[in-house]
Amino acid sequence: MKHWINQHAQALRLVFGRMRHRLLATLVMWCVMGVTVCLPAILFVIVDNLNRLTGNISTEPQISVFMKLDAEPGSITRLQQWLTQQKDVARVTFISKDAAWKQLQQKTAGAINLDKNPLPDAFQVAPRNHDPAAIEALQSLIQKQPGVELAQMDATWIKRLYAILELSKKALLVLVGLLGFALLAIIGNTIRLQVVTQREEIEVSKLIGATNRFIRRPFLYAGIVYGLGGGIAALLLLAGVIQLFNYSIADIAALYASDFHLGMPEPFVCLAIILIPVALGWLGSYVAVGRSLAKLESSR
Amino acid sequence: MIKFDQVSKRYPGSEQILRNVSFSIEPGELVFVAGASGAGKSTLLKLIAATERPTSGTVLIGNQNVSKLRAAALPFLRRKFGLVFQDHKLLYDRNCFENVALPLYINGITGHEAGKRIRAALDKVGLLGKEKAMPITLSGGEQQRLAIARAVVSRPSILIADEPTGNLDEGYAEEIMGIFYAFQQVGVTVIVATHDQHEIANSGARVLRLEQGTLTA
Ligand SMILES: Nc1ncnc2c1ncn2[C@@H]1O[C@H](COP(=O)(O)OP(=O)(O)OP(=O)(O)O)[C@@H](O)[C@H]1O
Ligand SMILES: [Mg+2]
Repeated sequence: MKHWINQHAQALRLVFGRMRHRLLATLVMWCVMGVTVCLPAILFVIVDNLNRLTGNISTEPQISVFMKLDAEPGSITRLQQWLTQQKDVARVTFISKDAAWKQLQQKTAGAINLDKNPLPDAFQVAPRNHDPAAIEALQSLIQKQPGVELAQMDATWIKRLYAILELSKKALLVLVGLLGFALLAIIGNTIRLQVVTQREEIEVSKLIGATNRFIRRPFLYAGIVYGLGGGIAALLLLAGVIQLFNYSIADIAALYASDFHLGMPEPFVCLAIILIPVALGWLGSYVAVGRSLAKLESSR
Repeated sequence: MIKFDQVSKRYPGSEQILRNVSFSIEPGELVFVAGASGAGKSTLLKLIAATERPTSGTVLIGNQNVSKLRAAALPFLRRKFGLVFQDHKLLYDRNCFENVALPLYINGITGHEAGKRIRAALDKVGLLGKEKAMPITLSGGEQQRLAIARAVVSRPSILIADEPTGNLDEGYAEEIMGIFYAFQQVGVTVIVATHDQHEIANSGARVLRLEQGTLTA
């Protein structure tokens, strides 16, 4: 056990020694990786925050049902009954044309002066299911009921937002995949170059009895340390970007009496932002060292 | 014990370098491998150290047949040997201390224990004061002694040196041979390739003489 710890501590010491030796290159590497990881993280934060925002809004969608002006009172009660029987309907509120008229006149303080009430009787229907497709189905069903002039969905924009969010989530996945490959390539190439510069040491080590595991170990640690540094850099960058964004929208948000701001992602997401590059660093160097060692072997 | 039975070696694309070589070396023996340049001395030593495999015939180290050994087991066999390479193979990007440390790290020995052994090895070859020096700043003879320190630091049971006195003047050569004799005294098997007849004549040790790939004595 002590032996095992010694060997790993030794490999880590070696890695840190080499990195201190090439401090600038190491810092540049961390920055490059940080930016690469930060890009999808920013997109994630935006999508995540919008998602939360629509989570609040989506209790709202409603269908406004306007009756024909000449609808007889019987058809109004029949429709109300029919609506309350529908499984997809959570709540129905009836707004009589008189009530609506009174409300309008109150609001405008009698500025509108008409001798006849132009408003129709109306229902506010809250659908149970907030899925845009379900709302749309309910809306067209209501539209077909007798006496209905217009059943209007006041949630079209939510539908669009949903679509955009769905699209962004897919884009995020694609971006994560592509940048993951980029990270693998960056780390793999760096490690490959290090294997080349360490070539003599590797050859001597093999001649005097080093196992492949021993030779691979410092490079794997290098990959992990690159990943760790990159992940931490990404997190710092992300925090900086979020701060900057919140600072610059504070005025605008205040104007709209909104306290909208971007928040840092949840702890487990932050952990993923660090651990994913670590895993990629390990994988990238594992592949690179394997290939480089095989090449050294065959060139002998 | 080291035992060669009808061992032949050709490198990929080369002609036959060793032909039907048979001999055995007992534990604790000191043996010279002699022969003209290109006779195959280095090749013979590489076969003993299991850094090359025979084309035909059997090489037994202890009771292990090198040709039949799995690739994963080779490193552990190689750790029995202390090697002084003909071209030293020192690492010029690190100091003397770190050069000598390499075999210990490979064996998983680090820290205080390693430091003690490294200084002992450097002391034995008279380089204790040069711990921090880079190999490139050492003289030819000092580099050779550094290579010896690296070979003995992990206390191998078999010491293999390929022309360790190759480019040294007589005084230094004798000094270095003295080191090898001292190791033989404590039970280490020592195998030295040389083309210095004088050295061999002085020692009275057994000689494996190669002539164009065949053993003549
Ligand atoms: N890796 C190799 N590939 C092909 N041929 C090789 C290889 N190594 C050695 N040889 C050939 O094998 C022959 C013997 O080489 P070796 O190094 O064993 O000789 P040596 O007796 O040690 O010579 P020297 O005294 O000059 O060191 C030489 O002709 C050399 O060209
Ligand atoms: Mg030679």
